[in-house]
Amino acid sequence: MIPGLATLLCCQLVGEVLARALHLPVPGPVIGMALLFVGLLLRDQFLPAAARPDPGAPGLGRVADTLLSNLGLLFVPAGVGVVVYGPQLARSWAPLSLAIVVGTLLSIAFTGRVAQALMRRFG
Amino acid sequence: MVDLAQIWVYLARDPLAALTATLLAWMAGLKLAALCRWHPAANPVVFAVVILVALLLVTGVEYRAYFEGAQFVHFLLGPATVALAVPLYRQWGHVRSSAPAALMAVVSGGAVAAAVGVALGWAFGASPAVVASLAPRSVTTPVAMGIAEQIGGLPGLTATVVLASGVVGATLGPLVLNAARIRDWRARGLAMGTAAHGLGTARAISVNTTAGAFSGLGMGLNALATALLLPLVWHFFAG
Repeated sequence: MIPGLATLLCCQLVGEVLARALHLPVPGPVIGMALLFVGLLLRDQFLPAAARPDPGAPGLGRVADTLLSNLGLLFVPAGVGVVVYGPQLARSWAPLSLAIVVGTLLSIAFTGRVAQALMRRFG
Repeated sequence: MVDLAQIWVYLARDPLAALTATLLAWMAGLKLAALCRWHPAANPVVFAVVILVALLLVTGVEYRAYFEGAQFVHFLLGPATVALAVPLYRQWGHVRSSAPAALMAVVSGGAVAAAVGVALGWAFGASPAVVASLAPRSVTTPVAMGIAEQIGGLPGLTATVVLASGVVGATLGPLVLNAARIRDWRARGLAMGTAAHGLGTARAISVNTTAGAFSGLGMGLNALATALLLPLVWHFFAG
């Protein structure tokens, strides 16, 4: 369990350092995700005996599953931040809610359509 | 005699109370969602946020004081984002052959998400700072806040807008996908992750593992693509 958590934090840390050192506009955790993913693929490439599809460090799979199955909880503290923006929201609630609802639903339908069409054609 | 005022001062200042309240509100949110038989419109995140906002307003505790405690939960968003590599890795055999198609779909979908939000906000008279806060709406919160800062938006407002988009997408997305007759789990996952980031991904994971992996892929690719492209496009048009 702890090696798994340490693996996640190491990837995030390296991601944060890379983002700052190279002035990348991409946030550290996203770089960390890419690093972990590439790392796991490389491990399979160079350690043919590694158990698959067990992801690397002991407990990494379990830590990841625990975090991801409670992903909703992690958004709650930021969500409560809505109290700070009361006045701003009251002033421009119409354009904001229109943009959020129509924009999100349109882009879901659009992305899904494009993805389905492309995947049918290319695999 | 027990000094209630002193106990209250401790509770309002110490992170323990805020952290406990966050976990209890989340559990209550899950209970309420279960009572509604996990209907897509009954989102546990919304329930928990409403409970906590009501609690803050009633007790007069400031958001900043609340966040002192809640930041321990908020911090885990980083490791959780890294952890998205795991479902992606497990499904890689599946994902591999459709990766180029997925990239094209995500980039065009992310562009539509940003463009429609900005156009609607602008057409209905939102101020420039609000419009800039709307632009990175579809990407995951920490990325979106960074982008908003770069293009002159309000990072805090962006966090709210991003969450609202995630809730709308997670709630109504599956219905829209049904209406648009999108049955491919890969396409459904990609659409949820691209338009509704982590909240859409949380929902996709709970429905289907393939959809969950593609949703994580969509969310990651969209975060990368939007972070790289949106500031460039924005400065090109805004001069």
